[in-house]
Amino acid sequence: MKKLILDLILKKNIRLNEQVHLLIFSSEQSLPKILPGQFVQVKIDDSPATFLRRPFSVNFVDGENNELWLLIQIVGAGTLKLSETSPGASVNMILPLGNSFTFPDKKDEKILLVGGGSGIAPLLFWGSCLRKADFNPEFLIGARSRAYLVELKEFEKYGKVFITTEDGSEGEKGFVTDHSIFKERKFDRIYSCGPTPMMKAVGAYAIKNNTFCEVSLENTMGCGIGACLCCVTDTTAGRVCVCTEGTVFNIAKLKW
Amino acid sequence: MVDLKVDIGKLHLKNPVMTASGTFGYGMEYSDFIDISRIGGIIVKGTTLRKREGNPYPRMKETASGMLNAVGLQNKGIDYFIEHIYPQLTNVDTNIIVNVSGSTIDEYVKTAEKLNYLEKIPAIELNISCPNVKEGGMLFGTSCTAANEVVDKVRRVYKNVLIVKLSPNVTDISEIAKAVEDAGADAISLINTVLGMAIDAETRKPCLSTVTGGLSGPAIKPLALRMVWETARAVKIPVIGMGGIMNAADAIEFMLAGASAVEVGTANFIDPTVTIKIIEGIEDYLCRHGFSSVSEIVGALETL
Repeated sequence: MKKLILDLILKKNIRLNEQVHLLIFSSEQSLPKILPGQFVQVKIDDSPATFLRRPFSVNFVDGENNELWLLIQIVGAGTLKLSETSPGASVNMILPLGNSFTFPDKKDEKILLVGGGSGIAPLLFWGSCLRKADFNPEFLIGARSRAYLVELKEFEKYGKVFITTEDGSEGEKGFVTDHSIFKERKFDRIYSCGPTPMMKAVGAYAIKNNTFCEVSLENTMGCGIGACLCCVTDTTAGRVCVCTEGTVFNIAKLKW
Repeated sequence: MVDLKVDIGKLHLKNPVMTASGTFGYGMEYSDFIDISRIGGIIVKGTTLRKREGNPYPRMKETASGMLNAVGLQNKGIDYFIEHIYPQLTNVDTNIIVNVSGSTIDEYVKTAEKLNYLEKIPAIELNISCPNVKEGGMLFGTSCTAANEVVDKVRRVYKNVLIVKLSPNVTDISEIAKAVEDAGADAISLINTVLGMAIDAETRKPCLSTVTGGLSGPAIKPLALRMVWETARAVKIPVIGMGGIMNAADAIEFMLAGASAVEVGTANFIDPTVTIKIIEGIEDYLCRHGFSSVSEIVGALETL
């Protein structure tokens, strides 16, 4: 897929909670084809503190309105600046980057998408693509507490949503892997994105149950296009760049 | 029309802008964004005799106006390069230069020797300045004797243009430059990254798996400019300048300080099209100032 450098216009900046903003961008030219699981490299500004681009998973692509959604969590100077961007501003991005989630084979496969924190971002787009292709995804979303659960209504458009919160303020209490769904049901495919410990726990469950599982990693990146070799992870095929060989990896290939 | 052509010994560049090793992959990574054959030269990723996995993650940290990296020369080895990567580069209509590194003199020599036979590789850049490897690397570039010895041994086997990349992590860069020139180098490139460190106060841990790493980006430009200026005055062979070049003005400053050509590194990560903008910007500068050839600005620094 040809990578483009595009200036997108920020249409809406929606504060979902104290840490998370939904940024909706549109483009004058039509957006290139973007696959579920792919990411963009966003230029913040030219200031010394936010020098490199920042990678973000594509949260959703609205083909009809030529819109691209990014769900950003404020974790540092770059995300803070981006969260303060006003509608109408032009934001420079390189896209689409990375590989994508693998579609299931059969329509009746039991599919679970497990997300935690801002790691839910790519799962909305992936869920929408699965639904559009006549699959029936279900979602398991984990958060610290009710206040940190975002985009639930969006997820509900594409499948049933299960919830865990660490304090029990919504859904079942505990981590995603504690959810009763894992005791009651068997899945053919699990896709996950979120904090590394969460993905490791989900991956361990999948391996134990011999379930197909893909996770999307979030390593710190320099370039996002396979040139700087900074975002590496160890796989059965050696040490590889997450930005080009991933961000989606089959759990069996990761040396976790 | 101004003349952008530059000669680095027998190496003919269509313009003075090259890409720094480790920041441009093998060129193909950037071909979606620009016509890479427009660049004066592409210096590909540091290549060693045997495959190297590099250092464990995390190996990069953004710092004020720059970044620290500790990649550690991850590459698949010279034989893999010759067999799988080189054939893909032979159609690129510009100079492809291989950055060569090693842990021992013998490794440098054997790697350089193999590159003699590649028709489309007109030059190598001997990396005696990588700060991110335990053995070799920077050790060769921080002592005049060691620098002279490795360059001398490589010179005996390598027939094409030999560029030697120097480390800034020394007290007197001009002494090292002279030692390298005496050993028969055709050109000197500098600076490699500056040894640095970053700490996360919250976790009380270093930000890099290797604790220290190499600093690049605009943070190091004044240091690089000073070292290029010192080196250009100390040696007769051409000097290639780099260190934090983000735009045409930066590149021109290096040339005024005495660099015959420049390498652009970290800037490629932020703007994959930056090399083309720099080439065009240099051309524009030459027109505006009434120069007919880029060579006229090399070392043209005036006194106050």
